[in-house]
Amino acid sequence: MAVEQPTTANEYILHHLTFLSNKEPHGVLDFSVIHLDSVFFSVVLAVVFGGSFYLAARTATAGVPGKFQNFVELVVEFIDTQVKDSFHGTNKLLAPLALTIFCWVFLFNAMDVLPVDLLPALAHGAGIGHLKVVPSTDLNVTFAMALTVFVLIIYYSIKCKGLGGFLAELTLQPFTAKNPVVKTLLVPANLLLEIVPLLARPISLSLRLYGNLFAGEMIFLLLATLTLHGVEQLSTFGGWFFLTMQFLLSFVWAVFHLLVITLQAFIFMVLTVVYLAMAQEHH
Amino acid sequence: MNINLTLVVQMLVFIVLIWFTMKFVWPMILGPMEERSRKIAAGLTAAAKSEKDLGEAETRAKEIIREARDKATQIIDQAGKRSNEMIDEAKGTASAEAQRLVAQAHEDAALESTRAREGLRREVGKLAVDGAARLLGREIDPKTHAELLDSLAAEISNG
Repeated sequence: MAVEQPTTANEYILHHLTFLSNKEPHGVLDFSVIHLDSVFFSVVLAVVFGGSFYLAARTATAGVPGKFQNFVELVVEFIDTQVKDSFHGTNKLLAPLALTIFCWVFLFNAMDVLPVDLLPALAHGAGIGHLKVVPSTDLNVTFAMALTVFVLIIYYSIKCKGLGGFLAELTLQPFTAKNPVVKTLLVPANLLLEIVPLLARPISLSLRLYGNLFAGEMIFLLLATLTLHGVEQLSTFGGWFFLTMQFLLSFVWAVFHLLVITLQAFIFMVLTVVYLAMAQEHH
Repeated sequence: MNINLTLVVQMLVFIVLIWFTMKFVWPMILGPMEERSRKIAAGLTAAAKSEKDLGEAETRAKEIIREARDKATQIIDQAGKRSNEMIDEAKGTASAEAQRLVAQAHEDAALESTRAREGLRREVGKLAVDGAARLLGREIDPKTHAELLDSLAAEISNG
Protein backbone atom coordinates (compact mmCIF):
# COMPACT_ATOMS: atom_id res chain seq x y z
CA MET A 1 0.00 0.00 0.00
CA ALA A 2 2.58 2.49 -1.03
CA VAL A 3 0.92 5.87 -1.13
CA GLU A 4 2.60 8.88 -2.69
CA GLN A 5 3.26 11.77 -0.30
CA PRO A 6 0.44 14.36 -0.36
CA THR A 7 1.20 17.78 -1.80
CA THR A 8 -1.93 19.89 -1.20
CA ALA A 9 -3.57 20.64 2.12
CA ASN A 10 -6.66 18.73 1.07
CA GLU A 11 -4.66 15.65 0.18
CA TYR A 12 -2.63 15.95 3.35
CA ILE A 13 -5.68 16.00 5.60
CA LEU A 14 -7.44 13.21 3.73
CA HIS A 15 -4.29 11.17 3.92
CA HIS A 16 -4.21 11.61 7.68
CA LEU A 17 -7.86 10.73 8.07
CA THR A 18 -7.51 7.41 6.27
CA PHE A 19 -7.22 4.32 8.42
CA LEU A 20 -4.78 1.55 7.80
CA SER A 21 -7.27 -1.13 6.83
CA ASN A 22 -7.10 -4.48 5.10
CA LYS A 23 -9.24 -3.25 2.21
CA GLU A 24 -11.47 -0.46 1.00
CA PRO A 25 -14.82 -0.38 2.84
CA HIS A 26 -18.08 -0.62 0.92
CA GLY A 27 -20.99 1.18 2.54
CA VAL A 28 -21.42 2.31 6.13
CA LEU A 29 -21.44 -1.19 7.58
CA ASP A 30 -18.83 -3.58 6.30
CA PHE A 31 -17.68 -6.26 8.70
CA SER A 32 -15.03 -7.60 6.39
CA VAL A 33 -12.98 -4.46 6.97
CA ILE A 34 -10.77 -3.95 9.99
CA HIS A 35 -8.77 -0.89 11.03
CA LEU A 36 -5.38 -2.38 11.78
CA ASP A 37 -3.96 0.86 13.21
CA SER A 38 -6.80 1.36 15.71
CA VAL A 39 -6.63 -2.23 16.88
CA PHE A 40 -2.84 -2.15 17.08
CA PHE A 41 -2.60 1.05 19.09
CA SER A 42 -5.50 0.22 21.39
CA VAL A 43 -4.01 -3.20 22.17
CA VAL A 44 -0.58 -1.63 22.76
CA LEU A 45 -2.14 0.94 25.09
CA ALA A 46 -4.15 -1.78 26.82
CA VAL A 47 -0.89 -3.62 27.45
CA VAL A 48 0.73 -0.40 28.68
CA PHE A 49 -2.12 0.23 31.13
CA GLY A 50 -2.66 -3.39 32.17
CA GLY A 51 1.04 -4.16 32.39
CA SER A 52 2.08 -1.14 34.40
CA PHE A 53 -0.85 -1.40 36.79
CA TYR A 54 -0.34 -5.15 37.12
CA LEU A 55 3.31 -4.60 38.03
CA ALA A 56 2.28 -2.01 40.60
CA ALA A 57 -0.42 -4.34 41.95
CA ARG A 58 1.94 -7.29 42.21
CA THR A 59 4.50 -5.39 44.26
CA ALA A 60 1.96 -3.35 46.24
CA THR A 61 2.51 -3.41 49.98
CA ALA A 62 0.56 -2.05 52.90
CA GLY A 63 3.82 -0.55 54.14
CA VAL A 64 5.47 2.57 52.76
CA PRO A 65 4.56 2.72 49.05
CA GLY A 66 7.07 3.46 46.32
CA LYS A 67 6.67 6.32 43.86
CA PHE A 68 4.93 4.30 41.18
CA GLN A 69 2.68 2.54 43.68
CA ASN A 70 1.83 5.98 45.01
CA PHE A 71 0.80 7.17 41.56
CA VAL A 72 -1.27 4.06 40.90
CA GLU A 73 -2.93 4.37 44.28
CA LEU A 74 -3.71 8.00 43.54
CA VAL A 75 -5.55 6.98 40.36
CA VAL A 76 -7.28 4.04 42.05
CA GLU A 77 -8.42 6.15 44.97
CA PHE A 78 -9.68 8.87 42.63
CA ILE A 79 -11.76 6.31 40.70
CA ASP A 80 -12.92 4.65 43.91
CA THR A 81 -14.16 7.99 45.27
CA GLN A 82 -16.00 8.74 42.03
CA VAL A 83 -17.68 5.34 42.02
CA LYS A 84 -18.63 5.50 45.70
CA ASP A 85 -20.11 8.97 45.21
CA SER A 86 -22.44 7.74 42.48
CA PHE A 87 -23.20 4.19 43.51
CA HIS A 88 -23.95 2.99 47.01
CA GLY A 89 -24.45 -0.72 46.44
CA THR A 90 -21.79 -3.37 46.17
CA ASN A 91 -20.56 -4.27 42.72
CA LYS A 92 -17.24 -5.93 42.03
CA LEU A 93 -17.29 -4.88 38.39
CA LEU A 94 -18.11 -1.20 38.49
CA ALA A 95 -14.93 0.26 39.99
CA PRO A 96 -12.48 -1.82 37.90
CA LEU A 97 -14.57 -0.98 34.84
CA ALA A 98 -14.33 2.71 35.65
CA LEU A 99 -10.57 2.43 36.17
CA THR A 100 -10.17 0.61 32.86
CA ILE A 101 -12.22 3.17 30.96
CA PHE A 102 -10.49 6.17 32.51
CA CYS A 103 -6.94 4.95 31.97
CA TRP A 104 -7.52 3.39 28.56
CA VAL A 105 -9.38 6.37 27.13
CA PHE A 106 -6.82 8.72 28.64
CA LEU A 107 -4.03 6.82 26.90
CA PHE A 108 -6.00 6.83 23.62
CA ASN A 109 -6.42 10.57 23.87
CA ALA A 110 -2.83 11.13 24.96
CA MET A 111 -1.71 9.79 21.57
CA ASP A 112 -3.24 12.94 20.14
CA VAL A 113 -0.56 15.12 21.77
CA LEU A 114 2.18 13.34 19.85
CA PRO A 115 3.19 15.35 16.77
CA VAL A 116 0.68 14.44 14.06
CA ASP A 117 3.31 13.36 11.59
CA LEU A 118 5.72 11.56 13.92
CA LEU A 119 4.37 8.02 13.87
CA PRO A 120 2.84 8.19 10.35
CA ALA A 121 6.22 9.36 9.00
CA LEU A 122 7.99 6.49 10.76
CA ALA A 123 5.37 4.10 9.37
CA HIS A 124 5.84 5.57 5.92
CA GLY A 125 9.53 4.85 6.25
CA ALA A 126 8.59 1.24 7.02
CA GLY A 127 6.38 1.08 3.94
CA ILE A 128 3.01 1.66 5.61
CA GLY A 129 1.01 4.27 3.77
CA HIS A 130 -1.67 5.26 6.24
CA LEU A 131 -1.62 5.38 10.01
CA LYS A 132 -4.05 6.89 12.47
CA VAL A 133 -2.45 6.81 15.87
CA VAL A 134 -5.33 8.07 18.05
CA PRO A 135 -7.75 5.18 18.63
CA SER A 136 -10.41 7.48 20.08
CA THR A 137 -10.70 9.25 16.71
CA ASP A 138 -12.06 5.97 15.38
CA LEU A 139 -15.82 5.74 15.87
CA ASN A 140 -15.51 1.94 15.94
CA VAL A 141 -13.33 2.15 19.06
CA THR A 142 -15.48 4.58 21.00
CA PHE A 143 -18.67 2.84 19.92
CA ALA A 144 -17.26 -0.53 20.94
CA MET A 145 -16.74 0.76 24.47
CA ALA A 146 -20.12 2.48 24.58
CA LEU A 147 -21.84 -0.64 23.27
CA THR A 148 -20.18 -2.79 25.91
CA VAL A 149 -21.36 -0.33 28.54
CA PHE A 150 -24.85 -0.45 27.02
CA VAL A 151 -24.91 -4.24 27.23
CA LEU A 152 -23.86 -3.96 30.88
CA ILE A 153 -26.64 -1.42 31.51
CA ILE A 154 -29.23 -3.83 30.10
CA TYR A 155 -27.68 -6.77 31.99
CA TYR A 156 -27.67 -5.03 35.37
CA SER A 157 -31.14 -3.54 34.83
CA ILE A 158 -32.57 -7.03 34.25
CA LYS A 159 -30.45 -8.58 37.00
CA CYS A 160 -31.44 -6.04 39.66
CA LYS A 161 -35.04 -5.34 38.70
CA GLY A 162 -36.01 -8.53 36.91
CA LEU A 163 -37.13 -8.59 33.30
CA GLY A 164 -40.63 -7.47 34.36
CA GLY A 165 -39.27 -4.63 36.45
CA PHE A 166 -37.06 -3.45 33.63
CA LEU A 167 -39.91 -3.57 31.11
CA ALA A 168 -42.23 -1.85 33.56
CA GLU A 169 -39.70 0.91 33.95
CA LEU A 170 -39.66 1.32 30.18
CA THR A 171 -43.42 1.25 29.67
CA LEU A 172 -45.25 2.40 32.83
CA GLN A 173 -43.58 5.77 33.40
CA PRO A 174 -43.36 8.75 33.29
CA PHE A 175 -47.14 8.72 32.51
CA THR A 176 -49.06 6.62 35.00
CA ALA A 177 -52.73 5.84 35.47
CA LYS A 178 -54.84 3.82 37.87
CA ASN A 179 -57.20 2.56 35.18
CA PRO A 180 -55.67 -0.53 33.45
CA VAL A 181 -57.08 0.45 30.07
CA VAL A 182 -55.61 3.95 30.22
CA LYS A 183 -52.41 2.40 31.48
CA THR A 184 -52.22 0.19 28.41
CA LEU A 185 -52.95 3.13 26.16
CA LEU A 186 -50.08 5.05 27.72
CA VAL A 187 -47.57 2.28 27.05
CA PRO A 188 -46.48 3.42 23.55
CA ALA A 189 -45.91 7.01 24.71
CA ASN A 190 -43.96 5.83 27.73
CA LEU A 191 -41.94 3.40 25.67
CA LEU A 192 -40.99 6.13 23.25
CA LEU A 193 -39.99 8.51 26.04
CA GLU A 194 -37.93 5.88 27.83
CA ILE A 195 -36.33 4.05 24.94
CA VAL A 196 -34.94 7.17 23.32
CA PRO A 197 -32.80 8.20 26.34
CA LEU A 198 -31.77 4.59 26.83
CA LEU A 199 -30.53 4.27 23.26
CA ALA A 200 -29.11 7.77 23.33
CA ARG A 201 -26.72 6.80 26.13
CA PRO A 202 -24.26 4.65 24.15
CA ILE A 203 -24.55 6.91 21.13
CA SER A 204 -23.87 10.10 23.07
CA LEU A 205 -21.07 8.41 25.01
CA SER A 206 -19.26 7.31 21.90
CA LEU A 207 -19.97 10.38 19.77
CA ARG A 208 -18.89 12.81 22.48
CA LEU A 209 -15.49 11.20 22.83
CA TYR A 210 -15.07 10.65 19.11
CA GLY A 211 -16.19 14.18 18.24
CA ASN A 212 -13.91 15.90 20.73
CA LEU A 213 -10.84 13.95 19.77
CA PHE A 214 -11.56 14.07 16.06
CA ALA A 215 -11.91 17.84 16.27
CA GLY A 216 -8.73 18.10 18.31
CA GLU A 217 -6.81 16.05 15.81
CA MET A 218 -8.27 18.12 12.97
CA ILE A 219 -6.92 21.32 14.53
CA PHE A 220 -3.44 19.80 14.71
CA LEU A 221 -3.75 18.70 11.08
CA LEU A 222 -4.86 22.17 9.97
CA LEU A 223 -1.95 23.74 11.83
CA ALA A 224 0.37 21.22 10.21
CA THR A 225 -0.75 22.35 6.74
CA LEU A 226 0.95 25.70 7.45
CA THR A 227 4.30 24.05 6.78
CA LEU A 228 3.28 21.64 4.11
CA HIS A 229 6.11 22.45 1.73
CA GLY A 230 8.97 21.42 3.96
CA VAL A 231 12.43 22.92 3.73
CA GLU A 232 11.79 24.90 0.56
CA GLN A 233 9.40 27.30 2.30
CA LEU A 234 12.23 28.45 4.57
CA SER A 235 13.51 30.51 1.67
CA THR A 236 10.69 33.07 2.05
CA PHE A 237 9.69 35.35 4.89
CA GLY A 238 6.14 34.00 4.73
CA GLY A 239 7.47 30.49 5.15
CA TRP A 240 9.28 31.43 8.35
CA PHE A 241 6.17 33.23 9.58
CA PHE A 242 4.00 30.16 8.99
CA LEU A 243 6.58 27.95 10.69
CA THR A 244 6.57 30.17 13.75
CA MET A 245 2.79 30.32 13.76
CA GLN A 246 2.52 26.57 13.51
CA PHE A 247 4.90 26.10 16.40
CA LEU A 248 3.15 28.61 18.65
CA LEU A 249 -0.41 27.59 17.83
CA SER A 250 0.34 23.87 18.06
CA PHE A 251 1.94 24.44 21.44
CA VAL A 252 -1.05 26.42 22.72
CA TRP A 253 -3.49 23.88 21.32
CA ALA A 254 -1.51 20.97 22.80
CA VAL A 255 -1.57 22.58 26.25
CA PHE A 256 -5.30 23.19 25.95
CA HIS A 257 -5.72 19.69 24.60
CA LEU A 258 -4.19 18.24 27.76
CA LEU A 259 -7.32 19.45 29.52
CA VAL A 260 -9.59 18.06 26.81
CA ILE A 261 -8.08 14.57 26.79
CA THR A 262 -8.29 14.28 30.58
CA LEU A 263 -11.77 15.72 30.70
CA GLN A 264 -13.09 13.43 27.97
CA ALA A 265 -11.65 10.36 29.69
CA PHE A 266 -13.19 11.53 32.95
CA ILE A 267 -16.60 12.22 31.38
CA PHE A 268 -16.72 8.81 29.70
CA MET A 269 -15.84 7.15 33.01
CA VAL A 270 -18.26 9.15 35.16
CA LEU A 271 -21.18 8.74 32.76
CA THR A 272 -20.58 4.99 32.60
CA VAL A 273 -20.62 4.81 36.40
CA VAL A 274 -23.76 6.93 36.59
CA TYR A 275 -25.59 4.89 33.95
CA LEU A 276 -24.67 1.61 35.62
CA ALA A 277 -25.58 2.97 39.05
CA MET A 278 -28.97 4.04 37.69
CA ALA A 279 -29.46 0.62 36.15
CA GLN A 280 -28.95 -1.05 39.53
CA GLU A 281 -31.00 1.26 41.69
CA HIS A 282 -34.74 0.99 42.09
CA HIS A 283 -36.87 4.03 41.53
CA MET B 1 -15.98 6.62 8.31
CA ASN B 2 -17.73 3.32 8.50
CA ILE B 3 -18.61 0.75 11.11
CA ASN B 4 -16.70 -2.47 10.64
CA LEU B 5 -15.02 -5.46 12.25
CA THR B 6 -12.91 -3.10 14.38
CA LEU B 7 -16.01 -2.60 16.53
CA VAL B 8 -16.24 -6.29 17.40
CA VAL B 9 -12.52 -6.69 17.98
CA GLN B 10 -12.46 -3.59 20.18
CA MET B 11 -15.37 -4.89 22.25
CA LEU B 12 -13.46 -8.13 22.85
CA VAL B 13 -10.28 -6.25 23.76
CA PHE B 14 -12.27 -4.00 26.08
CA ILE B 15 -13.97 -6.94 27.81
CA VAL B 16 -10.67 -8.76 28.27
CA LEU B 17 -9.09 -5.60 29.67
CA ILE B 18 -11.99 -5.08 32.11
CA TRP B 19 -11.71 -8.70 33.22
CA PHE B 20 -7.95 -8.34 33.68
CA THR B 21 -8.33 -5.13 35.72
CA MET B 22 -11.06 -6.70 37.82
CA LYS B 23 -9.10 -9.88 38.51
CA PHE B 24 -5.46 -8.84 38.76
CA VAL B 25 -5.26 -5.09 39.28
CA TRP B 26 -8.07 -3.58 41.30
CA PRO B 27 -8.21 -5.90 44.33
CA MET B 28 -4.43 -6.13 44.58
CA ILE B 29 -4.08 -2.36 44.77
CA LEU B 30 -7.12 -1.59 46.89
CA GLY B 31 -6.39 -4.44 49.34
CA PRO B 32 -3.03 -3.07 50.53
CA MET B 33 -4.48 0.45 50.57
CA GLU B 34 -7.28 -0.63 52.89
CA GLU B 35 -4.88 -2.62 55.02
CA ARG B 36 -2.63 0.41 55.32
CA SER B 37 -5.49 2.66 56.34
CA ARG B 38 -6.49 0.04 58.94
CA LYS B 39 -2.89 -0.03 60.21
CA ILE B 40 -2.75 3.75 60.42
CA ALA B 41 -6.06 3.85 62.28
CA ALA B 42 -4.81 1.20 64.71
CA GLY B 43 -1.54 3.09 65.13
CA LEU B 44 -3.35 6.32 65.91
CA THR B 45 -5.59 4.57 68.42
CA ALA B 46 -2.55 2.98 70.05
CA ALA B 47 -0.76 6.32 70.15
CA ALA B 48 -3.74 7.99 71.82
CA LYS B 49 -4.01 5.14 74.29
CA SER B 50 -0.31 5.18 75.16
CA GLU B 51 -0.48 8.95 75.61
CA LYS B 52 -3.32 8.45 78.05
CA ASP B 53 -1.39 5.64 79.79
CA LEU B 54 1.67 7.87 80.02
CA GLY B 55 -0.42 10.57 81.70
CA GLU B 56 -1.81 8.05 84.15
CA ALA B 57 1.64 6.63 84.84
CA GLU B 58 3.00 10.11 85.47
CA THR B 59 0.21 10.84 87.91
CA ARG B 60 0.82 7.54 89.65
CA ALA B 61 4.57 8.14 89.77
CA LYS B 62 4.00 11.56 91.33
CA GLU B 63 1.69 9.98 93.86
CA ILE B 64 4.28 7.34 94.73
CA ILE B 65 7.04 9.93 95.04
CA ARG B 66 4.86 12.04 97.32
CA GLU B 67 4.03 9.01 99.47
CA ALA B 68 7.70 8.03 99.64
CA ARG B 69 8.66 11.54 100.67
CA ASP B 70 5.99 11.54 103.38
CA LYS B 71 7.15 8.17 104.62
CA ALA B 72 10.79 9.28 104.62
CA THR B 73 9.88 12.37 106.66
CA GLN B 74 7.93 10.19 109.04
CA ILE B 75 10.84 7.74 109.37
CA ILE B 76 13.30 10.57 110.01
CA ASP B 77 10.97 11.98 112.65
CA GLN B 78 10.60 8.60 114.29
CA ALA B 79 14.34 8.02 114.18
CA GLY B 80 14.97 11.41 115.78
CA LYS B 81 12.45 10.72 118.46
CA ARG B 82 13.85 7.27 119.04
CA SER B 83 17.42 8.54 119.29
CA ASN B 84 16.37 11.16 121.82
CA GLU B 85 14.61 8.46 123.77
CA MET B 86 17.67 6.25 123.64
CA ILE B 87 19.90 9.08 124.78
CA ASP B 88 17.54 9.88 127.64
CA GLU B 89 17.35 6.20 128.54
CA ALA B 90 21.11 5.86 128.45
CA LYS B 91 21.46 8.97 130.58
CA GLY B 92 18.95 7.55 133.09
CA THR B 93 20.69 4.19 133.19
CA ALA B 94 24.09 5.77 133.56
CA SER B 95 23.07 8.06 136.44
CA ALA B 96 21.29 5.19 138.19
CA GLU B 97 24.42 3.07 137.81
CA ALA B 98 26.54 5.89 139.11
CA GLN B 99 24.30 6.30 142.13
CA ARG B 100 24.34 2.60 142.68
CA LEU B 101 28.15 2.53 142.50
CA VAL B 102 28.39 5.46 144.86
CA ALA B 103 26.01 3.80 147.28
CA GLN B 104 27.96 0.56 147.00
CA ALA B 105 31.19 2.41 147.67
CA HIS B 106 29.65 4.10 150.71
CA GLU B 107 28.39 0.78 151.97
CA ASP B 108 31.76 -0.87 151.42
CA ALA B 109 33.52 1.95 153.15
CA ALA B 110 31.11 1.75 156.08
CA LEU B 111 31.52 -2.00 156.26
CA GLU B 112 35.26 -1.68 156.11
CA SER B 113 35.32 0.93 158.85
CA THR B 114 33.05 -1.19 161.06
CA ARG B 115 35.28 -4.16 160.46
CA ALA B 116 38.39 -2.14 161.25
CA ARG B 117 36.76 -0.78 164.38
CA GLU B 118 35.79 -4.30 165.47
CA GLY B 119 39.35 -5.49 164.89
CA LEU B 120 40.74 -2.56 166.79
CA ARG B 121 38.33 -3.12 169.65
CA ARG B 122 39.26 -6.75 169.80
CA GLU B 123 42.89 -5.82 169.72
CA VAL B 124 42.38 -3.20 172.43
CA GLY B 125 40.38 -5.70 174.56
CA LYS B 126 43.12 -8.23 174.18
CA LEU B 127 45.72 -5.64 175.02
CA ALA B 128 43.63 -4.59 178.03
CA VAL B 129 43.23 -8.16 179.19
CA ASP B 130 46.96 -8.78 178.67
CA GLY B 131 47.75 -5.62 180.53
CA ALA B 132 45.40 -6.44 183.34
CA ALA B 133 46.80 -9.98 183.54
CA ARG B 134 50.31 -8.60 183.72
CA LEU B 135 49.22 -6.18 186.39
CA LEU B 136 47.43 -8.82 188.35
CA GLY B 137 50.15 -11.30 187.77
CA ARG B 138 47.98 -14.06 186.95
CA GLU B 139 46.14 -15.50 184.17
CA ILE B 140 42.75 -14.13 183.50
CA ASP B 141 40.43 -16.66 182.14
CA PRO B 142 38.70 -15.01 179.17
CA LYS B 143 35.67 -17.19 179.75
CA THR B 144 35.05 -16.21 183.31
CA HIS B 145 35.60 -12.59 182.56
CA ALA B 146 33.84 -12.52 179.31
CA GLU B 147 31.15 -10.22 180.56
CA LEU B 148 33.66 -7.76 181.86
CA LEU B 149 35.69 -7.92 178.67
CA ASP B 150 32.70 -7.42 176.47
CA SER B 151 31.53 -4.36 178.35
CA LEU B 152 35.06 -3.05 178.15
CA ALA B 153 35.24 -3.67 174.43
CA ALA B 154 31.86 -1.95 174.00
CA GLU B 155 33.10 0.98 175.95
CA ILE B 156 36.18 1.25 173.76
CA SER B 157 34.26 0.96 170.54
CA ASN B 158 31.77 3.52 171.66
CA GLY B 159 34.44 5.74 173.08
